Amino acid sequence: MSQGQVGAEQRLVTPGMAVGPSTGKRAGSGIIVAEESFIATQLGWLRELNNTVSVDPINAAYMPRSGDLIVGIVAEVRNNLWFMNINGSFQGLLPMSLAPWKVEFGAARQHMDVGDVVLARVQEVDECHNVVLTMKGVGLRRLNQGAVESIPVQHVDRVRGENNVLLQRMRDACDCRIMVGENGRAWIEGSSEGIAWARKAIQQLVREGHSKGFETILNEMENKTKGDA
Amino acid sequence: MMGGYGDVQLLNEDGSRLDGRKVDEMRPVSIEAGILPAADGSAKVTHGLNVAVAAVYGPMEAHPRKIQRQDRAVIDVRYNMAPFSTSDRIRPGFNRRSREISKVTAEALESVVLVERYPRSKIRVEIEILAAEAGTRCVGITAAAVALADAGIPMRDMIVGVASGKIEDTVVLDLDKAEDNYGQADLPVGILPNTGEIAFLQMDGDLSPDEYNLAMEYNFKAAKEIHEIMVDALKRRYDGGEA
Repeated sequence: MSQGQVGAEQRLVTPGMAVGPSTGKRAGSGIIVAEESFIATQLGWLRELNNTVSVDPINAAYMPRSGDLIVGIVAEVRNNLWFMNINGSFQGLLPMSLAPWKVEFGAARQHMDVGDVVLARVQEVDECHNVVLTMKGVGLRRLNQGAVESIPVQHVDRVRGENNVLLQRMRDACDCRIMVGENGRAWIEGSSEGIAWARKAIQQLVREGHSKGFETILNEMENKTKGDA
Repeated sequence: MMGGYGDVQLLNEDGSRLDGRKVDEMRPVSIEAGILPAADGSAKVTHGLNVAVAAVYGPMEAHPRKIQRQDRAVIDVRYNMAPFSTSDRIRPGFNRRSREISKVTAEALESVVLVERYPRSKIRVEIEILAAEAGTRCVGITAAAVALADAGIPMRDMIVGVASGKIEDTVVLDLDKAEDNYGQADLPVGILPNTGEIAFLQMDGDLSPDEYNLAMEYNFKAAKEIHEIMVDALKRRYDGGEA
Protein backbone atom coordinates (compact mmCIF):
# COMPACT_ATOMS: atom_id res chain seq x y z
CA MET A 1 0.00 0.00 0.00
CA SER A 2 2.97 2.26 0.04
CA GLN A 3 3.11 2.50 -3.73
CA GLY A 4 2.82 5.96 -5.12
CA GLN A 5 4.77 7.49 -2.25
CA VAL A 6 8.00 9.28 -2.89
CA GLY A 7 10.78 6.79 -3.54
CA ALA A 8 8.46 3.79 -3.74
CA GLU A 9 7.93 1.86 -6.95
CA GLN A 10 4.60 2.72 -8.51
CA ARG A 11 2.00 -0.01 -8.82
CA LEU A 12 -0.40 -0.26 -11.75
CA VAL A 13 -3.91 -1.28 -10.74
CA THR A 14 -6.86 -2.36 -12.89
CA PRO A 15 -10.61 -2.01 -12.24
CA GLY A 16 -11.85 -4.48 -9.63
CA MET A 17 -8.41 -5.10 -8.13
CA ALA A 18 -8.30 -5.26 -4.31
CA VAL A 19 -5.59 -2.83 -3.19
CA GLY A 20 -5.64 -3.36 0.57
CA PRO A 21 -7.73 -3.10 3.74
CA SER A 22 -9.78 0.05 4.26
CA THR A 23 -9.32 0.28 8.02
CA GLY A 24 -7.91 3.59 9.17
CA LYS A 25 -7.59 5.03 5.69
CA ARG A 26 -9.75 7.12 3.42
CA ALA A 27 -10.83 6.25 -0.11
CA GLY A 28 -9.79 8.86 -2.66
CA SER A 29 -10.67 9.15 -6.33
CA GLY A 30 -10.72 5.90 -8.27
CA ILE A 31 -11.29 3.80 -5.14
CA ILE A 32 -14.44 2.27 -3.68
CA VAL A 33 -14.84 0.38 -0.41
CA ALA A 34 -16.31 -3.13 -0.45
CA GLU A 35 -16.32 -5.38 2.60
CA GLU A 36 -13.62 -3.39 4.43
CA SER A 37 -11.34 -3.54 1.42
CA PHE A 38 -10.30 -0.88 -1.07
CA ILE A 39 -11.14 -1.74 -4.67
CA ALA A 40 -9.65 0.18 -7.61
CA THR A 41 -12.23 1.33 -10.15
CA GLN A 42 -9.89 2.71 -12.80
CA LEU A 43 -6.78 1.70 -14.63
CA GLY A 44 -3.96 3.76 -13.15
CA TRP A 45 -1.18 4.16 -10.63
CA LEU A 46 -1.96 3.60 -6.98
CA ARG A 47 -1.15 6.53 -4.74
CA GLU A 48 -1.25 6.90 -0.97
CA LEU A 49 -0.93 10.38 0.36
CA ASN A 50 -2.01 11.86 3.71
CA ASN A 51 -3.72 8.59 4.67
CA THR A 52 -5.83 8.69 1.51
CA VAL A 53 -5.58 5.93 -1.05
CA SER A 54 -6.40 6.94 -4.63
CA VAL A 55 -5.71 6.02 -8.23
CA ASP A 56 -3.96 8.36 -10.66
CA PRO A 57 -5.81 7.31 -13.82
CA ILE A 58 -3.87 6.58 -17.02
CA ASN A 59 -6.76 7.86 -19.12
CA ALA A 60 -9.47 10.15 -17.87
CA ALA A 61 -12.17 12.43 -19.23
CA TYR A 62 -12.21 16.09 -18.17
CA MET A 63 -14.82 16.67 -15.46
CA PRO A 64 -15.34 20.45 -15.10
CA ARG A 65 -15.28 21.98 -11.65
CA SER A 66 -16.20 25.47 -10.59
CA GLY A 67 -13.19 27.79 -10.82
CA ASP A 68 -11.26 25.77 -13.42
CA LEU A 69 -9.21 27.80 -15.91
CA ILE A 70 -9.91 26.33 -19.33
CA VAL A 71 -9.01 26.85 -22.97
CA GLY A 72 -12.29 26.65 -24.90
CA ILE A 73 -13.12 26.63 -28.59
CA VAL A 74 -16.34 28.27 -29.78
CA ALA A 75 -18.58 25.52 -31.15
CA GLU A 76 -21.91 27.34 -31.65
CA VAL A 77 -23.10 30.92 -31.53
CA ARG A 78 -26.63 32.02 -30.62
CA ASN A 79 -28.12 35.50 -30.36
CA ASN A 80 -27.11 35.96 -26.74
CA LEU A 81 -24.64 33.18 -25.90
CA TRP A 82 -21.81 30.99 -27.11
CA PHE A 83 -21.41 27.23 -26.72
CA MET A 84 -17.82 26.21 -26.12
CA ASN A 85 -16.08 22.94 -26.68
CA ILE A 86 -14.25 22.51 -23.39
CA ASN A 87 -12.84 19.03 -24.10
CA GLY A 88 -15.40 17.47 -21.77
CA SER A 89 -18.52 15.36 -22.12
CA PHE A 90 -20.66 18.48 -22.43
CA GLN A 91 -20.28 21.87 -24.03
CA GLY A 92 -19.84 24.91 -21.81
CA LEU A 93 -22.21 27.84 -22.10
CA LEU A 94 -20.93 31.41 -22.09
CA PRO A 95 -23.82 33.92 -21.77
CA MET A 96 -23.25 37.42 -23.13
CA SER A 97 -23.65 38.79 -19.60
CA LEU A 98 -20.43 36.98 -18.63
CA ALA A 99 -18.46 38.04 -21.72
CA PRO A 100 -15.82 40.76 -21.28
CA TRP A 101 -17.52 43.04 -23.81
CA LYS A 102 -20.85 44.84 -23.93
CA VAL A 103 -22.72 42.67 -26.39
CA GLU A 104 -25.95 43.68 -28.10
CA PHE A 105 -28.60 40.98 -28.46
CA GLY A 106 -28.00 39.31 -31.83
CA ALA A 107 -24.45 40.61 -32.17
CA ALA A 108 -22.63 37.78 -30.41
CA ARG A 109 -21.01 36.62 -33.66
CA GLN A 110 -19.30 40.01 -34.10
CA HIS A 111 -17.24 39.37 -30.97
CA MET A 112 -16.54 35.64 -31.29
CA ASP A 113 -17.32 33.17 -34.04
CA VAL A 114 -17.14 29.41 -34.41
CA GLY A 115 -13.53 28.20 -34.11
CA ASP A 116 -12.28 31.09 -31.98
CA VAL A 117 -10.22 30.10 -28.96
CA VAL A 118 -10.73 31.67 -25.55
CA LEU A 119 -9.25 31.57 -22.11
CA ALA A 120 -12.19 31.28 -19.71
CA ARG A 121 -13.06 30.10 -16.25
CA VAL A 122 -15.79 27.65 -15.16
CA GLN A 123 -18.35 29.74 -13.27
CA GLU A 124 -20.74 26.98 -12.28
CA VAL A 125 -21.41 23.27 -12.80
CA ASP A 126 -24.70 21.78 -11.68
CA GLU A 127 -25.48 18.17 -10.82
CA CYS A 128 -26.68 17.54 -14.38
CA HIS A 129 -23.32 18.63 -15.83
CA ASN A 130 -24.58 21.96 -17.17
CA VAL A 131 -21.44 24.11 -17.38
CA VAL A 132 -21.55 27.91 -17.30
CA LEU A 133 -18.37 29.75 -18.24
CA THR A 134 -17.22 33.27 -17.55
CA MET A 135 -14.74 35.56 -19.25
CA LYS A 136 -14.98 38.24 -16.58
CA GLY A 137 -11.72 38.08 -14.69
CA VAL A 138 -8.07 39.02 -14.90
CA GLY A 139 -6.40 37.56 -17.98
CA LEU A 140 -9.52 35.94 -19.40
CA ARG A 141 -9.78 36.84 -23.08
CA ARG A 142 -10.06 35.73 -26.64
CA LEU A 143 -6.78 34.21 -27.85
CA ASN A 144 -5.91 35.73 -31.20
CA GLN A 145 -2.41 34.35 -31.66
CA GLY A 146 -0.41 31.28 -30.77
CA ALA A 147 -1.10 27.56 -30.89
CA VAL A 148 -3.21 25.14 -28.89
CA GLU A 149 -1.76 21.77 -27.92
CA SER A 150 -3.67 18.94 -26.28
CA ILE A 151 -2.47 17.40 -23.03
CA PRO A 152 -4.14 14.31 -21.55
CA VAL A 153 -6.16 15.58 -18.59
CA GLN A 154 -4.36 13.25 -16.17
CA HIS A 155 -1.01 14.83 -17.16
CA VAL A 156 -2.02 18.47 -16.57
CA ASP A 157 -0.70 18.56 -13.01
CA ARG A 158 2.54 16.89 -14.11
CA VAL A 159 3.12 19.55 -16.78
CA ARG A 160 2.68 22.27 -14.19
CA GLY A 161 4.72 20.67 -11.43
CA GLU A 162 4.56 21.79 -7.85
CA ASN A 163 3.85 25.54 -7.67
CA ASN A 164 4.06 25.70 -11.49
CA VAL A 165 7.82 25.09 -11.32
CA LEU A 166 8.00 22.85 -14.39
CA LEU A 167 5.64 25.04 -16.40
CA GLN A 168 7.82 28.08 -15.64
CA ARG A 169 10.90 26.10 -16.65
CA MET A 170 9.29 25.21 -19.95
CA ARG A 171 8.31 28.87 -20.49
CA ASP A 172 11.92 29.95 -19.85
CA ALA A 173 13.38 27.20 -22.03
CA CYS A 174 11.31 28.02 -25.10
CA ASP A 175 10.80 31.73 -24.38
CA CYS A 176 7.02 31.46 -24.92
CA ARG A 177 3.90 32.42 -23.04
CA ILE A 178 2.18 29.20 -22.02
CA MET A 179 -1.18 28.80 -20.28
CA VAL A 180 -2.25 25.30 -19.30
CA GLY A 181 -6.00 24.84 -18.89
CA GLU A 182 -7.44 22.28 -16.50
CA ASN A 183 -9.31 20.81 -19.46
CA GLY A 184 -6.19 19.40 -21.09
CA ARG A 185 -5.40 22.20 -23.53
CA ALA A 186 -2.31 24.37 -23.47
CA TRP A 187 -2.07 27.71 -25.25
CA ILE A 188 1.43 28.56 -26.42
CA GLU A 189 2.47 31.91 -27.89
CA GLY A 190 5.92 32.95 -29.02
CA SER A 191 8.38 32.37 -31.85
CA SER A 192 7.65 29.45 -34.16
CA GLU A 193 10.79 27.67 -32.90
CA GLY A 194 9.71 28.17 -29.29
CA ILE A 195 6.20 26.87 -30.01
CA ALA A 196 7.66 23.83 -31.80
CA TRP A 197 9.94 23.14 -28.80
CA ALA A 198 7.09 23.34 -26.30
CA ARG A 199 4.84 21.15 -28.46
CA LYS A 200 7.59 18.57 -28.75
CA ALA A 201 8.03 18.50 -24.97
CA ILE A 202 4.30 18.05 -24.43
CA GLN A 203 4.03 15.37 -27.12
CA GLN A 204 6.92 13.50 -25.54
CA LEU A 205 5.09 13.62 -22.21
CA VAL A 206 1.97 12.21 -23.88
CA ARG A 207 4.00 9.33 -25.37
CA GLU A 208 6.27 8.53 -22.44
CA GLY A 209 4.50 10.20 -19.50
CA HIS A 210 3.39 6.94 -17.91
CA SER A 211 7.00 5.87 -17.41
CA LYS A 212 8.89 9.19 -17.18
CA GLY A 213 8.41 12.38 -15.19
CA PHE A 214 8.02 15.68 -17.04
CA GLU A 215 11.15 16.98 -15.30
CA THR A 216 13.19 14.13 -16.84
CA ILE A 217 11.74 14.91 -20.26
CA LEU A 218 12.57 18.62 -19.90
CA ASN A 219 16.13 17.74 -18.78
CA GLU A 220 16.60 15.49 -21.80
CA MET A 221 15.25 18.12 -24.19
CA GLU A 222 17.35 20.91 -22.67
CA ASN A 223 20.50 18.76 -22.87
CA LYS A 224 19.70 17.90 -26.48
CA THR A 225 19.16 21.59 -27.32
CA LYS A 226 22.49 22.49 -25.70
CA GLY A 227 24.18 19.63 -27.57
CA ASP A 228 22.76 20.80 -30.90
CA ALA A 229 23.92 24.36 -30.19
CA MET B 1 -33.62 -29.09 -26.93
CA MET B 2 -30.62 -28.30 -29.10
CA GLY B 3 -29.13 -31.00 -31.23
CA GLY B 4 -30.98 -33.48 -33.34
CA TYR B 5 -27.72 -34.49 -34.91
CA GLY B 6 -27.24 -37.70 -32.96
CA ASP B 7 -24.96 -39.21 -35.57
CA VAL B 8 -22.38 -36.38 -35.39
CA GLN B 9 -19.44 -37.51 -33.31
CA LEU B 10 -17.98 -34.67 -31.21
CA LEU B 11 -15.84 -36.62 -28.76
CA ASN B 12 -13.00 -38.99 -29.56
CA GLU B 13 -12.93 -42.48 -28.10
CA ASP B 14 -10.40 -41.40 -25.46
CA GLY B 15 -12.82 -38.73 -24.23
CA SER B 16 -10.95 -35.79 -25.78
CA ARG B 17 -12.61 -33.37 -28.17
CA LEU B 18 -12.19 -33.26 -31.92
CA ASP B 19 -9.56 -30.51 -31.71
CA GLY B 20 -7.67 -32.47 -29.03
CA ARG B 21 -8.76 -30.36 -26.06
CA LYS B 22 -9.81 -31.87 -22.75
CA VAL B 23 -13.40 -31.26 -21.65
CA ASP B 24 -12.36 -28.49 -19.26
CA GLU B 25 -9.80 -26.88 -21.58
CA MET B 26 -10.21 -23.47 -23.15
CA ARG B 27 -9.12 -22.41 -26.62
CA PRO B 28 -5.98 -20.24 -26.56
CA VAL B 29 -6.68 -16.59 -25.69
CA SER B 30 -4.56 -13.53 -26.41
CA ILE B 31 -5.45 -9.89 -25.74
CA GLU B 32 -3.95 -6.61 -26.88
CA ALA B 33 -5.02 -3.28 -25.39
CA GLY B 34 -4.96 0.15 -27.01
CA ILE B 35 -4.77 -0.86 -30.67
CA LEU B 36 -6.87 1.98 -32.13
CA PRO B 37 -5.34 5.47 -31.81
CA ALA B 38 -8.59 7.31 -32.61
CA ALA B 39 -10.61 5.63 -29.86
CA ASP B 40 -10.52 6.63 -26.18
CA GLY B 41 -9.93 2.96 -25.36
CA SER B 42 -9.65 -0.18 -27.46
CA ALA B 43 -8.76 -3.84 -27.37
CA LYS B 44 -8.36 -6.83 -29.62
CA VAL B 45 -9.18 -10.30 -28.32
CA THR B 46 -8.23 -13.51 -30.11
CA HIS B 47 -10.00 -16.52 -28.64
CA GLY B 48 -9.38 -19.65 -30.66
CA LEU B 49 -10.27 -18.61 -34.19
CA ASN B 50 -12.49 -15.74 -32.96
CA VAL B 51 -11.12 -12.25 -33.39
CA ALA B 52 -12.97 -9.30 -31.83
CA VAL B 53 -12.01 -5.63 -31.76
CA ALA B 54 -13.72 -3.27 -29.31
CA ALA B 55 -13.51 0.53 -29.27
CA VAL B 56 -14.83 2.86 -26.56
CA TYR B 57 -15.68 6.53 -27.06
CA GLY B 58 -16.78 8.93 -24.35
CA PRO B 59 -18.30 9.69 -21.94
CA MET B 60 -19.98 12.20 -24.24
CA GLU B 61 -23.28 14.07 -24.28
CA ALA B 62 -26.05 11.56 -25.02
CA HIS B 63 -27.77 12.18 -28.34
CA PRO B 64 -30.64 12.10 -29.17
CA ARG B 65 -31.76 13.77 -25.97
CA LYS B 66 -34.58 11.32 -25.37
CA ILE B 67 -32.03 8.63 -24.46
CA GLN B 68 -30.46 10.80 -21.75
CA ARG B 69 -30.86 9.74 -18.13
CA GLN B 70 -30.68 12.57 -15.60
CA ASP B 71 -28.98 10.43 -12.96
CA ARG B 72 -26.62 8.22 -14.96
CA ALA B 73 -24.88 7.50 -18.21
CA VAL B 74 -26.26 5.16 -20.85
CA ILE B 75 -24.05 2.59 -22.50
CA ASP B 76 -24.62 2.35 -26.22
CA VAL B 77 -23.26 -0.93 -27.55
CA ARG B 78 -23.06 -1.82 -31.22
CA TYR B 79 -22.09 -5.44 -31.83
CA ASN B 80 -21.45 -6.26 -35.46
CA MET B 81 -20.06 -9.21 -37.35
CA ALA B 82 -17.96 -8.30 -40.36
CA PRO B 83 -19.30 -9.69 -43.65
CA PHE B 84 -16.12 -11.74 -44.03
CA SER B 85 -16.12 -13.11 -40.46
CA THR B 86 -17.73 -16.45 -41.36
CA SER B 87 -17.50 -18.85 -44.29
CA ASP B 88 -20.89 -17.65 -45.57
CA ARG B 89 -20.91 -13.91 -46.25
CA ILE B 90 -23.01 -11.99 -43.70
CA ARG B 91 -25.19 -9.21 -45.05
CA PRO B 92 -23.76 -5.95 -43.62
CA GLY B 93 -25.76 -3.99 -41.09
CA PHE B 94 -27.87 -4.68 -38.04
CA ASN B 95 -29.95 -7.82 -37.84
CA ARG B 96 -32.07 -9.44 -35.16
CA ARG B 97 -29.13 -11.33 -33.67
CA SER B 98 -26.77 -8.37 -33.50
CA ARG B 99 -29.49 -6.22 -31.88
CA GLU B 100 -30.08 -8.85 -29.24
CA ILE B 101 -26.38 -9.26 -28.48
CA SER B 102 -25.89 -5.46 -28.39
CA LYS B 103 -28.71 -5.20 -25.87
CA VAL B 104 -27.54 -7.96 -23.53
CA THR B 105 -23.95 -6.72 -23.73
CA ALA B 106 -25.04 -3.17 -22.84
CA GLU B 107 -27.04 -4.44 -19.87
CA ALA B 108 -24.11 -6.56 -18.68
CA LEU B 109 -21.70 -3.61 -18.94
CA GLU B 110 -24.14 -1.22 -17.22
CA SER B 111 -24.03 -3.43 -14.15
CA VAL B 112 -20.26 -2.96 -13.75
CA VAL B 113 -19.59 0.56 -15.05
CA LEU B 114 -20.13 3.31 -12.44
CA VAL B 115 -22.72 4.96 -14.67
CA GLU B 116 -23.94 7.29 -11.91
CA ARG B 117 -20.68 9.27 -12.26
CA TYR B 118 -21.75 10.60 -15.67
CA PRO B 119 -25.36 11.84 -15.69
CA ARG B 120 -26.87 12.63 -19.11
CA SER B 121 -23.87 11.09 -20.82
CA LYS B 122 -23.34 8.25 -23.22
CA ILE B 123 -20.49 5.79 -23.40
CA ARG B 124 -20.27 4.31 -26.89
CA VAL B 125 -18.91 0.79 -27.22
CA GLU B 126 -18.31 -0.63 -30.70
CA ILE B 127 -17.64 -4.35 -30.98
CA GLU B 128 -16.60 -5.67 -34.35
CA ILE B 129 -16.20 -9.40 -34.90
CA LEU B 130 -13.54 -9.88 -37.55
CA ALA B 131 -13.49 -13.68 -37.44
CA ALA B 132 -16.13 -15.92 -35.89
CA GLU B 133 -15.88 -19.46 -34.58
CA ALA B 134 -18.60 -19.80 -31.89
CA GLY B 135 -18.76 -17.76 -28.70
CA THR B 136 -18.45 -14.33 -30.30
CA ARG B 137 -20.73 -12.61 -27.77
CA CYS B 138 -18.41 -13.73 -24.96
CA VAL B 139 -15.31 -12.61 -26.85
CA GLY B 140 -17.03 -9.28 -27.57
CA ILE B 141 -17.81 -8.72 -23.89
CA THR B 142 -14.23 -9.49 -22.89
CA ALA B 143 -12.91 -7.10 -25.55
CA ALA B 144 -15.35 -4.39 -24.41
CA ALA B 145 -14.25 -4.75 -20.78
CA VAL B 146 -10.56 -4.28 -21.67
CA ALA B 147 -11.41 -1.33 -23.95
CA LEU B 148 -13.46 0.32 -21.17
CA ALA B 149 -10.58 -0.08 -18.73
CA ASP B 150 -8.18 1.29 -21.36
CA ALA B 151 -10.47 4.32 -21.80
CA GLY B 152 -10.31 5.08 -18.06
CA ILE B 153 -14.01 4.42 -17.49
CA PRO B 154 -14.56 3.63 -13.78
CA MET B 155 -15.86 0.09 -13.18
CA ARG B 156 -16.48 -2.16 -10.19
CA ASP B 157 -14.74 -5.03 -11.96
CA MET B 158 -13.71 -6.16 -15.43
CA ILE B 159 -16.39 -8.46 -16.79
CA VAL B 160 -15.26 -11.64 -18.53
CA GLY B 161 -17.34 -13.49 -21.13
CA VAL B 162 -17.04 -17.29 -21.08
CA ALA B 163 -19.20 -20.21 -22.22
CA SER B 164 -19.67 -23.87 -21.43
CA GLY B 165 -22.01 -26.38 -23.00
CA LYS B 166 -22.97 -29.99 -23.45
CA ILE B 167 -21.97 -32.36 -26.23
CA GLU B 168 -22.75 -36.05 -26.35
CA ASP B 169 -24.15 -35.80 -22.78
CA THR B 170 -20.80 -34.44 -21.57
CA VAL B 171 -20.32 -30.95 -20.14
CA VAL B 172 -17.45 -29.15 -21.86
CA LEU B 173 -15.83 -25.73 -21.56
CA ASP B 174 -15.67 -23.23 -24.41
CA LEU B 175 -17.53 -24.74 -27.38
CA ASP B 176 -15.98 -24.50 -30.82
CA LYS B 177 -17.98 -24.19 -34.04
CA ALA B 178 -18.86 -27.87 -34.50
CA GLU B 179 -19.72 -28.28 -30.81
CA ASP B 180 -21.88 -25.15 -30.92
CA ASN B 181 -23.73 -26.28 -34.04
CA TYR B 182 -24.23 -29.93 -33.16
CA GLY B 183 -24.08 -29.85 -29.34
CA GLN B 184 -26.93 -30.19 -26.86
CA ALA B 185 -26.58 -27.00 -24.81
CA ASP B 186 -24.70 -23.69 -24.64
CA LEU B 187 -24.30 -21.55 -21.50
CA PRO B 188 -22.62 -18.17 -22.13
CA VAL B 189 -22.00 -16.17 -18.95
CA GLY B 190 -20.57 -12.78 -18.02
CA ILE B 191 -18.61 -13.16 -14.79
CA LEU B 192 -17.04 -10.60 -12.46
CA PRO B 193 -13.98 -12.58 -11.41
CA ASN B 194 -13.05 -10.59 -8.32
CA THR B 195 -16.47 -10.75 -6.69
CA GLY B 196 -17.74 -13.95 -8.29
CA GLU B 197 -20.93 -12.21 -9.43
CA ILE B 198 -22.73 -12.98 -12.67
CA ALA B 199 -23.59 -9.99 -14.85
CA PHE B 200 -25.30 -11.88 -17.64
CA LEU B 201 -26.36 -15.42 -18.35
CA GLN B 202 -28.07 -17.05 -21.29
CA MET B 203 -28.81 -20.71 -21.93
CA ASP B 204 -29.64 -22.51 -25.13
CA GLY B 205 -30.66 -26.18 -24.77
CA ASP B 206 -31.16 -28.19 -21.61
CA LEU B 207 -28.86 -28.90 -18.68
CA SER B 208 -29.69 -30.84 -15.53
CA PRO B 209 -28.90 -29.08 -12.21
CA ASP B 210 -25.71 -31.13 -11.84
CA GLU B 211 -24.66 -30.38 -15.40
CA TYR B 212 -25.42 -26.70 -14.86
CA ASN B 213 -23.28 -26.64 -11.71
CA LEU B 214 -20.40 -28.33 -13.51
CA ALA B 215 -20.71 -25.93 -16.47
CA MET B 216 -20.62 -22.95 -14.09
CA GLU B 217 -17.60 -24.41 -12.32
CA TYR B 218 -15.82 -24.60 -15.69
CA ASN B 219 -16.96 -21.05 -16.51
CA PHE B 220 -15.62 -19.59 -13.25
CA LYS B 221 -12.29 -21.38 -13.71
CA ALA B 222 -11.98 -20.06 -17.27
CA ALA B 223 -13.02 -16.55 -16.20
CA LYS B 224 -10.12 -16.40 -13.72
CA GLU B 225 -7.67 -17.45 -16.45
CA ILE B 226 -9.01 -14.93 -18.98
CA HIS B 227 -9.04 -12.19 -16.34
CA GLU B 228 -5.32 -12.71 -15.75
CA ILE B 229 -4.71 -12.36 -19.49
CA MET B 230 -6.80 -9.14 -19.51
CA VAL B 231 -4.78 -7.65 -16.64
CA ASP B 232 -1.54 -8.70 -18.35
CA ALA B 233 -2.62 -6.99 -21.57
CA LEU B 234 -3.24 -3.69 -19.75
CA LYS B 235 0.00 -3.96 -17.79
CA ARG B 236 1.96 -4.72 -20.96
CA ARG B 237 0.57 -1.59 -22.56
CA TYR B 238 1.29 0.80 -19.73
CA ASP B 239 3.78 -0.85 -17.42
CA GLY B 240 5.98 -2.44 -20.06
CA GLY B 241 5.82 -5.84 -18.39
CA GLU B 242 3.77 -8.68 -17.03
CA ALA B 243 1.70 -8.47 -13.86
